[in-house]
Amino acid sequence: MRRLIVLLPLFLCIALGLFLWNGIGKDTQSIPSPLLDKPVPEFSLTSLYNEQRFLTQEDLKGRPALLNVWATWCPTCKQEHAQLNRIAQDEGVVIYGINYKDDRAKAKIWLEKYLDPYALNIFDPEGKLGLDLGVYGAPETYLLDAQGVIRYKHIGAVDERVWAQLKEKMQQLEVN
Amino acid sequence: MLRYCFAVLLLCISSVSYSAIDTYEFSDEANRARFQVLAAELRCPKCQNQNIADSNSPIAEDLRFELHRMLETGADDDQIVDFMVTRYGEFVLYRPRMSAQTYLLWYGPAALLILGIVVVLVVSGKRKSGNKKDSATGLSEQEKQRLDHLLKQDQDK
Repeated sequence: MRRLIVLLPLFLCIALGLFLWNGIGKDTQSIPSPLLDKPVPEFSLTSLYNEQRFLTQEDLKGRPALLNVWATWCPTCKQEHAQLNRIAQDEGVVIYGINYKDDRAKAKIWLEKYLDPYALNIFDPEGKLGLDLGVYGAPETYLLDAQGVIRYKHIGAVDERVWAQLKEKMQQLEVN
Repeated sequence: MLRYCFAVLLLCISSVSYSAIDTYEFSDEANRARFQVLAAELRCPKCQNQNIADSNSPIAEDLRFELHRMLETGADDDQIVDFMVTRYGEFVLYRPRMSAQTYLLWYGPAALLILGIVVVLVVSGKRKSGNKKDSATGLSEQEKQRLDHLLKQDQDK
């Protein structure tokens, strides 16, 4: 008994060490989104291409899809753009775009130049929808199910590795 | 000349340190004070180790704008904090709220302190009962005399 008490500090140190060790290498940059498993917030914003056409959260329903937040001022968005084009064209994935805090004319030129992977493009110049979605740095990509509920959120570029993860989650959604 | 330089230097410092806050107009002083308190307690989601009052990142700017808008439209502090938490999560609170998840955080230190005191009491209690000297001070007669002597020496001064 007495020996156990003497050894107690050692055990506590080991426990603390394991706890801290566990934290090493963890991603501290991405914050878990409180919007997971909640529907996309209500919005009514114009389409990037058509100022007269208003898009709402209802337009994002129907099929599991990706919702990608992008802007022309965001270098990482350019980096992931080719990958998005490939996913949309070759794999037939529905990708919706949110043009976040950007300039309409610039965005149109950008999409002309680098091609447009988006089934719909929501123009959010003030970042209102972005704020409601908890966007804090473009690019961000949300995985939506057919009912327009957010199932997953990725912060940063969608590269080959990230797409593999998203694809797997998306296939699970299609099955359900 | 030196004084002049110093004054210019001071002016430089003052304009920098207030630039993040004083761009907003407030309807009354109470709102201004609340703005400063809330901006200091809300964490910037992008830069993480700064609050939204300190940070120059675009998202912190947006959140300050939103904070100002909500204050001026009469939202109370809880509504504002809820607004931020539903979008960015508990993460944005530098002062976490009391909940089942944060009990350990809030009560952990006090619990550890109490545990420590209990351990010290138990250990010292055991030591005392095992010791034959057994007076309230834990000193033998000889040690007491020596202590008295030393204390008296000090009083003479």
